[in-house]
Amino acid sequence: MFPKPLEKSSRSWQITYQMLLPVVLIIWLLPLIAVAIFSIKPDADFVNGNYWGVPSSFEFFTNYGKVFFESDMPRYLWNSVLITVPTVIGCIILSSMTGFALGVYKFRGNLLIFFMFIAGNFVPFQILMVPVRDLTLSLNLYDTKLGLVLFHVAFQTGFCTLFMRNFIRALPFPLIEAARVEGVAEWRIFVFIVLPLMKPALAALAVLIFTFIWNDYFWAIVLTQGPDSQPVTAGITSFNSQFRAAYHLMSAGSIVAALPPVIMFFAMQKHFIAGLTLGAVK
Amino acid sequence: MATATTPNRSWYKRNEIAVTPWLFLLPGVIFFALYVIFPIFQSFWISFHEWDGLGEKTWVGTANYERLLGGDRKFETSFWNNIKWLVLYLLAIPMGLFISLFLNQKVFGIRLYKSMFFFPFVISQVVVGLVFSWFYLPNDGLFDVITGLVGIDIRGGVLGNPDTATYGIIAAGLWPQTAYCMILYLTGLNAVDPEQVEAARLDGAKGHKMLWYVIIPQLKPATFIAFVVTIIGALRSFDFIAVMTNGGPFGSTRVLSFYMFEESLSEFGFRMGYGAAIAVVLFFIMLIFITYFLWSMYQDEKGAR
Repeated sequence: MFPKPLEKSSRSWQITYQMLLPVVLIIWLLPLIAVAIFSIKPDADFVNGNYWGVPSSFEFFTNYGKVFFESDMPRYLWNSVLITVPTVIGCIILSSMTGFALGVYKFRGNLLIFFMFIAGNFVPFQILMVPVRDLTLSLNLYDTKLGLVLFHVAFQTGFCTLFMRNFIRALPFPLIEAARVEGVAEWRIFVFIVLPLMKPALAALAVLIFTFIWNDYFWAIVLTQGPDSQPVTAGITSFNSQFRAAYHLMSAGSIVAALPPVIMFFAMQKHFIAGLTLGAVK
Repeated sequence: MATATTPNRSWYKRNEIAVTPWLFLLPGVIFFALYVIFPIFQSFWISFHEWDGLGEKTWVGTANYERLLGGDRKFETSFWNNIKWLVLYLLAIPMGLFISLFLNQKVFGIRLYKSMFFFPFVISQVVVGLVFSWFYLPNDGLFDVITGLVGIDIRGGVLGNPDTATYGIIAAGLWPQTAYCMILYLTGLNAVDPEQVEAARLDGAKGHKMLWYVIIPQLKPATFIAFVVTIIGALRSFDFIAVMTNGGPFGSTRVLSFYMFEESLSEFGFRMGYGAAIAVVLFFIMLIFITYFLWSMYQDEKGAR
């Protein structure tokens, strides 16, 4: 293990380390802690210039109540859910199929298609902006959640295929061969043998894609406008113009907007990290 | 005829292994081609036109590129800012390594510490941008308060001053990116071969020598991924700029992706052709890296076969 395990270090370093940990963490999270404090402060504190002092009163319920009952925030949040969940489902269906095809079969063009998916995924997505917006307009899907979902599914399929294919390649291949010898149809092999083994990969991808899509901002402002279909990342900016300079409300709004992926992360931490660090270890 | 069906074995049955992968690939490939691969070429095509996004496209040849490369000041600022982003964003890699080394211990509650260090990455860039823009507020922001204590005063606040604004945004971007690199290295450190470390320790290696000659070589896969995601992140940077400064002050924080957006879809009008040309330039910058990434991955694939 590197660095040297703490048990083998000197007593004084052990104590220093234990004390250092929380201090470093607080410094690291300082901007967030500041916002969390902002969000429970009363309006008066900002008027009086008490930005960083102790809140003069605890206004958690007033501030968050305003976010939920006096703004479009709940609509934006719901839009985000309606965009994110179908995208996750769509991506997983498509990419488990492409991943299966590329991971199990040997055929001409396999690597070529695989690299097409990877390359498309690396592309700076601004180059897609004008044509995709045009395509969405011509499909009459501009400013709809469906338009956004379709694009997200397509784009994320690149990354998901990479992930699924590498995962499937690591599965024991003799299992599939044995099934073939038994005369099991190929699509049954996929549904009854490969899919059940892919559960960890499906879980990892689901949380990753959820986070990516929930946090997307660029495509939200390119393909949608207004509270009918905009997700919360885009909604937060109009929320902020509604409450300009009301830092306590803007902070509360931001925390609400950021929370779902955070909850997702803490709930599914193992899968999340397994997904993100795929390939970091050979 | 090969396609003639025998009584009990259909054409599909006989060619099942050859046909199945294509059937499985079809929906994914069609979707991906329609929304990703095809638009790349369309953008190239559009960049040779003048187009407002609605009417007819007018062919203008390379006029967009001539204007772009022939002294468009906004383009130059954006380009150099992109370079700054690229170079400074890479700091996330050593910083992430440093934090991961710090956290790679087994003490009570370390798992929670690791998650808390990581979780800025999970928050949307829009919110991180907002949080930092409040952090940087002139006079009232915590950053200004702290720097004020040591006697530094940035006129107009970090984001209001053209000399510091871009660096302020990059610092905000480095926060989640460092967290990502940290988690990659923590995973990598977990897999470092303990026997090699012990052997090196017996040989008297320690400290930075151990790190440089024994640990970092073993972290190579993690470093590669950290490099890939950081480069892509740096070139895609858009959210932070849109939220924190909207390109200002005086256009000093524009990057290519933002400038492209501004030209094609903003109050300044819809110049899709010009926007597409900017995107193409960004694409070519990215292509240098994409080629390298794909080449390395291809070497791996060949090795695996």
